[in-house]
Amino acid sequence: MSNFNNVNEAIKLENITMEFNLHKEKLDSVKEYFIKLVKRDIKKDSFKALDDVSFTVNKGDRVGVLGLNGAGKSTLMKVIAGVFEPTSGRVSKEGVIAPMIELGAGFDNQYTGAENIYLYGAVLGHSRKYMEQRFEEIVEFSELKEFIDVPLKNYSSGMRARLGFSIATMVKPDILILDEVLSVGDAKFKKKSEEKLKSMMDENTTVIFVSHNLGQLRRICNKAMILEKGRMIAYGDIEEVAAKYEEMTK
Amino acid sequence: MTGLKELYQYRNLFSELVRKGIKLKYRRSYLGVVWSMIEPLLTMLVLTLVFGTLLGHHEKTFPVYILSGRLIYSLFSQSTTTALKSIRQNEGLIKKVHVPKVLYPASAVVFNYILFVISLVVLAGVSLVLGVYPTVRILFVIIPLAVLFVMSIGVGLVLSTLGTFFRDLEYLWNVALMLVMYASAIFYYPDVILDSGVSWILKYNPLFCVISNFRSCIFGQTMDMWMLGYSAIFAVVSVVIGYVIFDKNENKFILHL
Repeated sequence: MSNFNNVNEAIKLENITMEFNLHKEKLDSVKEYFIKLVKRDIKKDSFKALDDVSFTVNKGDRVGVLGLNGAGKSTLMKVIAGVFEPTSGRVSKEGVIAPMIELGAGFDNQYTGAENIYLYGAVLGHSRKYMEQRFEEIVEFSELKEFIDVPLKNYSSGMRARLGFSIATMVKPDILILDEVLSVGDAKFKKKSEEKLKSMMDENTTVIFVSHNLGQLRRICNKAMILEKGRMIAYGDIEEVAAKYEEMTK
Repeated sequence: MTGLKELYQYRNLFSELVRKGIKLKYRRSYLGVVWSMIEPLLTMLVLTLVFGTLLGHHEKTFPVYILSGRLIYSLFSQSTTTALKSIRQNEGLIKKVHVPKVLYPASAVVFNYILFVISLVVLAGVSLVLGVYPTVRILFVIIPLAVLFVMSIGVGLVLSTLGTFFRDLEYLWNVALMLVMYASAIFYYPDVILDSGVSWILKYNPLFCVISNFRSCIFGQTMDMWMLGYSAIFAVVSVVIGYVIFDKNENKFILHL
């Protein structure tokens, strides 16, 4: 992790491009593959989900990510989380990173809520013992006490988001990625979550926050960026960027 | 390439994945992990009944012979099959968090191996009951078992890589495993084949080599050094090949889930 210019940097992306081959990736069977190979039908329509994106996030920053659907927000989150290896460019990050992408943490559907707490804790590098100490706190915050022994496949999307958010925030990660997580919870939980996020600011947690809710972004974030068709067209102070976004979506 | 240091950082997750495999395997069954002992015992009874009668093997120790072969084969078949599916099985995690992906097939092999070790209790019990008493050679049993472990990891890595790209492999591998089973002398004595012109079927089957040496240790005979060397080399080579192709392709897995 020596790619940082100064010690205050938490995340640094340099010229990130993420390209997908639209047709090639859908071949699921050997038969299909050989048929297409014989027919010379393997098309390579590539699509740039991210196009030369570079930015630096300092420790303790809360960065809001704005953009219309399909702008590349979730792809960007996945690149930062390390789920996607970018086609080109370099990602540097420091510390434990807790990603909540597309509403959920890394959960197992057959596992119960309780078991998933330990599993996700382990994903973030924590031992069972450590998670046992946090268990009560997590269950209480998620308000899922009655459902904690139910397999996750029976959870609603709101319940999943609540559980994921509770684990991700209780284990005190260095970097927290929240991709539309707060958009599915009910009003009460949203309010509680916002407060939790604000309390984490004091602990110098870096937050990347994807949301369409400008009010929420203004309350939580100090910086923001706008993505448009895979390009980053604005990055800076939350107020300026939010104003620009309002202008764009008028 | 995933370094050892990074793998060490994920040791908690590794044990959690092993635990998950065992838990989910027997979820909703009343007897749970006990099945890992009952199942081989019942299979042994059936095989002894069928092949003992069919092939006329009425030796008292024939069940021990069958059970020892069958246990090794089923560990190999189950661990490689679970490893093959492991990337798809853990789709939920792979799509959301970054984890060295080698943990998935590796934990699949390890959890099956743990269940296998538990099921060895049955083999010990049956051996004692039928009068196959351990000699000092039983201590060497650890050698074929270690080879078996390494081999399962290696083959599991190869299969999990290929299986992620081609779903068909699941079915192909099932057929291949059937072939391996018939070529492993599980329920017949190998001499017929070993003395014939097609002895290569057994001699070059690394799983048969493991089974054969495993049996030697149990029955107090010396291991066949050629078989030991061959299966050990096969195991190490498979791990190297498996790791290299897994490592080369793991970043592409997510595009195929």
